[in-house]
Amino acid sequence: MVPVDHYLWLSLALFTIGVIGVLTRRNVIIILMSIELILNAVNINLVAFSHMFGSVDGQVFAIFIITDAAAEAAVGLGIILAFFRNRETLLADEMDMLKW
Amino acid sequence: MNAQPYFLEHIWLIPLFPLATAAVMLFYGRRLSNQIVSWLCSGSVFLSFIFSVGAFFQLIAKPSGERIATKVLFEWIPAVTYHLLDGRIAKFIAEWGFQIDPLSCVMILIVTGVGFLIHIYSTGYMAHEGGYYRFFGYLNLFMFSMLMLVLANNLLVLFVGWEGVGTCSYLLIGFYFHKKSASDAGKKAFIVNRVGDAGFLLGIFLTSALLGTVRFVEIGPALAAGGFAIGDPRITAIALLFFVGATGKSAQIPLYVWLPDAMEGPTPVSALIHAATMVTAGVYMVARSSAIFDRAPMAMTVVAIIGTLTALFAATIGIAQTDIKKVLAYSTVSQLGYMFMACGVGAFSAGIFHLMTHAFFKGLLFLAAGSVIHGVGGEQDMRKMGGLRQYMPVTFATMGIGTLAIAGIPPLAGFWSKDEILWKAFNAGWVYWLIGVMTALITSFYMFRLMYMTFGGEYRGGPAVPDAKHESADAPALHDKRGHDGHGHGEPHESSWVMLGPLVVLAILSFVGGLVGIGGRFEHFLAPVFQGTAAAELAYQTAGEAASHTTEYLLMGVSVSVAFLGWLLAYLLYSRRPELPARIAHSLGGLYEAVVHKYYIDELYAALFVKPLIDGSTTILWHGVDQGVIDAAVNDTASAANHVSDAARHMQSGNLRSYAGWIAAGGAAVIAYMVWMGVR
Repeated sequence: MVPVDHYLWLSLALFTIGVIGVLTRRNVIIILMSIELILNAVNINLVAFSHMFGSVDGQVFAIFIITDAAAEAAVGLGIILAFFRNRETLLADEMDMLKW
Repeated sequence: MNAQPYFLEHIWLIPLFPLATAAVMLFYGRRLSNQIVSWLCSGSVFLSFIFSVGAFFQLIAKPSGERIATKVLFEWIPAVTYHLLDGRIAKFIAEWGFQIDPLSCVMILIVTGVGFLIHIYSTGYMAHEGGYYRFFGYLNLFMFSMLMLVLANNLLVLFVGWEGVGTCSYLLIGFYFHKKSASDAGKKAFIVNRVGDAGFLLGIFLTSALLGTVRFVEIGPALAAGGFAIGDPRITAIALLFFVGATGKSAQIPLYVWLPDAMEGPTPVSALIHAATMVTAGVYMVARSSAIFDRAPMAMTVVAIIGTLTALFAATIGIAQTDIKKVLAYSTVSQLGYMFMACGVGAFSAGIFHLMTHAFFKGLLFLAAGSVIHGVGGEQDMRKMGGLRQYMPVTFATMGIGTLAIAGIPPLAGFWSKDEILWKAFNAGWVYWLIGVMTALITSFYMFRLMYMTFGGEYRGGPAVPDAKHESADAPALHDKRGHDGHGHGEPHESSWVMLGPLVVLAILSFVGGLVGIGGRFEHFLAPVFQGTAAAELAYQTAGEAASHTTEYLLMGVSVSVAFLGWLLAYLLYSRRPELPARIAHSLGGLYEAVVHKYYIDELYAALFVKPLIDGSTTILWHGVDQGVIDAAVNDTASAANHVSDAARHMQSGNLRSYAGWIAAGGAAVIAYMVWMGVR
C-alpha cells in the first residue's frame, strides 16, 4: 500500500506548479489551466485522506469539486471569450481595469 | 403696594412702547416708508413721555416719604436659598421688576423728553440717509434699554439695560459701518465698556454674596442687618467695582477713551446717547447705590478724585480740538467728571441735578452742532466754518444759549447745577473746588472759542465741492443723490424747522431748567432716595450749614466771574486777534502738541494694552495654540491616515496576477503562522 505522504508530496508538487503557473504566466487560458491543477491537487489530498481514514466523505467532496471545476471552467472560458471579443487580448497584464 | 394710581401701576409700559416699535422696525422696517417710520418711532417715544409725565404727577401727589412704587411683572430667576459669605442663609431672587421713585422719575423724564426731541430732530437730520428704518429701530431699542436701566428695581435688571444701551451704542456708533473709522470706533466703545462691565458684574456678584439681595430697596436694610461698619473693606470693594463699571459707561479716567471716538456716529446719536442719556448711566448707578457708597468713604474719595481729575483733564484736551463734535465730546467727559465729583463728595442730588441740566444743554449743543454740520454739507472742522451767524440765525441763537448755559452764566441752567456742585465740593475740600473752578474757566473758554470759530468772522469754507465733503463722518455714501448734494452746498444754509424745533425747546429748557433747583427744591424732591444713607452726606451737609452764606455767595461770584473771564479770553483770542492763538500754540511747543494729541493717551493704551494683546494673541494663541496645537492635531491625523492609505493603495494595482500573488502570499503567511504556532 502506498503510504499517504506520497500522495501528499504529489499533491504539493501539483499545487506548487499550479500556483507558479497562476503567478507567472500571462495568458489567461494558461492561468485557468493552472487553477485546474490547483483544484486537482486538492482532490488528490481529499481522496488520499479518504482512503487513509476509510471514509467516503472525502471522495464525495472530490466529486463535488470536479463538478465545480467543470462549471468554473465553462464560466471562465465564457468570460475570457467575451473579454477577447472586447479587447482583442488574452494577456492578464492588460486586464488592469479593476483598480482604484 | 396694591391699587397704585394708573400711571404708577403701568410704569412697565414705558420701556415697552419703544421696544414694540423697535421690533417692528428691525423685522419689517424695510417695507415701511420713511414717513411711517418717523411717526411710529417718534410716537412710541412720545407715548412713553406721556406715561412718564403721568407717573411724575401721580408720584408727587403722594406724601414725600411714600414716593415709591414697585411693579413686579414676573419672577426671572426663581428663588434660590444659599449661604452668604458670612454663613447666614439668604434667599436669592431676581424678578423682572420695575420701580419708580423720585430718582427714576427724573431719569425717565429726561430720557423720554430729550429722547423725544432728538427723535423729532432725527427725522429731519437723517431724512436723506440710507438705513432710515434701521437708525430708528436702533434708536428705539436704545430707548427701551435706557428706560429698563433707570426703571429697574434690582441690580440684575439694571444690568440688562446697562448692556442693552452698550449694544445700541455700538450699533449706532458704527451706523455708517462701511466706514472703517466708524466701525472701529464702535468696536472700541464696546470693548472699553466691557472692561468696566466686568467690574460692575463682579460688584453685583459680591453684593449678592455679601448682602443676599440685589433689590435696591433691600440693600440699605441688608447693610444694616449684616452689621457692616462704615469703611468695611468688603463694602468698599463693592463700591469700587461698581465705580469701575461707571468709569466705563460714563467715560471717566481711565476708560474715557471711547467717547471722543464715538463721535463717528450720526450727530443725533451723539446727542442722545453720548451726551444726554447713556453716558450718565454711570452717575445714575452710583447715585442709585448711594447706600453702598455711603458706607465706603474711601470709595467715595476715589470717585471724587477721579471725577475731579477727569473734569480738568478732558477740559484741557477740549481747548485744542478743531473738530466741532470732538470739542463737545471732551466737554461731555469733563461735565461727567463734575457729576462724579458731586457724587464723590456725597452730594448725589447735586450730581443728578447737573445730570439733568447737562442733558438739556449738551443735547442742545450737539443738536445745534449737527445743524451746523448739516448746513455746511458735512464739514466738521471748525477751521473751515466761521461766519455762520448770518446764514443760520436760529442755530446760532440756540447754540449760544447752550454755550451760556454750559459756561455757567446766570441765570441759565448750567449755572445753578454747577454752582451747587462747586459749593458742595468746597465743603468737602477746597482742592476739589479749586480744580472745579479751573475747569469752569477752561469750559467757558473752549465753548466760546467754539462759538467764535463757528459763527464769528468770515465763512472760511469756500464753495463746496459736494463729493470732497462727503469724506467726513456725517456725510455717508449711502444717501441718495437728492441728499446733501441736492441743496447745492455753495453756501451754508439754515436747517429745516423739524430740526430747529427741538433746538428751540431745548434752548428754553437750558434757559429755565436750572430754576427747579432754587431753594433746594430739587434736592428735597430727591432726598427720600438718598435718605437713610446716613454717614457721608449728612456729615457734609452739617459742614455746609456751618459755613456762612457769605462764603456761598462769594464762591458763586468767583465761579461766575471765571465764566466771564473764559468768555473774555475766547473773545480776545478768537474774535479780536485771530492770529494770536497760532502764535501762542507755537510758543508753547511740546505742551501744545501733547494737548492736540490728547496727551498721547490713545497711543499709550495702544502700546500698553492693545499691542501686547494683539501680539500675544497672534504669536501664542493664533500661531501657537490654534495653529500649533488644534489645527496641527487635526491636520496630522488626516495626513497620517493619508500616508498609511497611500501605502496600502498600491496593493490595488488592477493587475490580476498581483492580486493572485497577494492571495498566495496571504495564504502562505497564514500557513506559516499555523506551522510556527503548532497546528491545533
